[in-house]
Amino acid sequence: MQGLIEKISDLCEQNLYACYQCGKCSGGCPSVRQMDILPNEVIRLLQTRKVDDALNCSTIWICATCFTCTVRCPRGIDLARVMESLRQIHLRKNVDHVKIREISEEQITKLPQIALVANFRKQTA
Amino acid sequence: MKIPYYPGCTLKTTAKNFESSAIAALRALDVELVELKRWNCCGTVYSLASDDLIHKLAPIRNLIRVKEEGGARVLTLCSMCYNTLRQANMFFEKDKEASEKMNQFMDREVDYEGDVEVLHILKFLKDEIGFDNISKKVKNTLGELKIAPYYGCLLLRPSEIAIDNPENPSLLEDLFHSLGIYTVDFPYKNECCGAYQTVNQIDLIADRTHTMISLARGCGANIMVTSCPLCQFNLETRQENLKEKYADFVEMPVLYFTQILGAALGVSKKDLRFDLNHFNPGALIYGK
Repeated sequence: MQGLIEKISDLCEQNLYACYQCGKCSGGCPSVRQMDILPNEVIRLLQTRKVDDALNCSTIWICATCFTCTVRCPRGIDLARVMESLRQIHLRKNVDHVKIREISEEQITKLPQIALVANFRKQTA
Repeated sequence: MKIPYYPGCTLKTTAKNFESSAIAALRALDVELVELKRWNCCGTVYSLASDDLIHKLAPIRNLIRVKEEGGARVLTLCSMCYNTLRQANMFFEKDKEASEKMNQFMDREVDYEGDVEVLHILKFLKDEIGFDNISKKVKNTLGELKIAPYYGCLLLRPSEIAIDNPENPSLLEDLFHSLGIYTVDFPYKNECCGAYQTVNQIDLIADRTHTMISLARGCGANIMVTSCPLCQFNLETRQENLKEKYADFVEMPVLYFTQILGAALGVSKKDLRFDLNHFNPGALIYGK
């Protein structure tokens, strides 16, 4: 699994081992209640080389890149980039997380473009 | 004063009320927005993966358009456009090797050097017009309004591009106070609305909207104000089914701050376009 951890570190350009698990990212995350594991747990899984668990959580897809954790991390870790790198590992296998065909025509007509473009940028291959 | 203006896609479609009210309000302050002759989508979210240079090109191309037209700076209204253009500039300044590679890739474009200044309208109003000067031009006192100011994420984070203190911004409050309008202390003013999750997780967004609007109501607000077309959509349009789920829920209009600014400066109703809002706030603004 060493290769994948290195790939993730390269994509996010963050020192995952700098995290000392204070939990401030999870404390301030506005989406934390919907996540199956906490943002700081994602980092902990990567530190302990449980890459599959980190890749298969709902947390990385619930994160909307609001940068609250990034601004607050006392260790200077840009957690938004860590989440992005985990999403990228999936998306680069050409697997979409959002099924575009399942979005209703009513919603497609109503939604602002920035919602659609941003969603597809973050959640489709 | 004339200033180059990058609108972005949404200002031409679902946020026409934002563009129209901003242009009219700035006109009342003797500022003319000069729209770029050519522009493309900014990409909406800045690509965060280190090797993903291709998705970092879109905002840079817009900044090159500004240079082509002889501009040294560009003004944006939309928070997402502001964020991507600023982050693109930041990346260009920091990573010289990657920026060289990107310039080589765009070989038909003039080289970009990270030198076009990106301004958000709120910061422009504060620094270059001055809230004191704005207050001298107020024509209507909007005494009925109790505003919950909502900044969202992308004007404040990451902190390098913030237009104000990321944890406790006050630009909107300061602007409204200069217009003689009351604002409430709204603790969720810099929380995320859920952003693009609104496409495939409507319930999640509706629940968050319920929390935000209820809290704003509890703080004494009767209207919410924002600067982002995505926040505006989530916080206003996603209220549509909340009354069925929560019997005691009271709906609240969510406006662009330029609609309020325009109304205070005496801009005509046809430019403020309240008809495009999900809830018409007319009575709150002009009385019954």
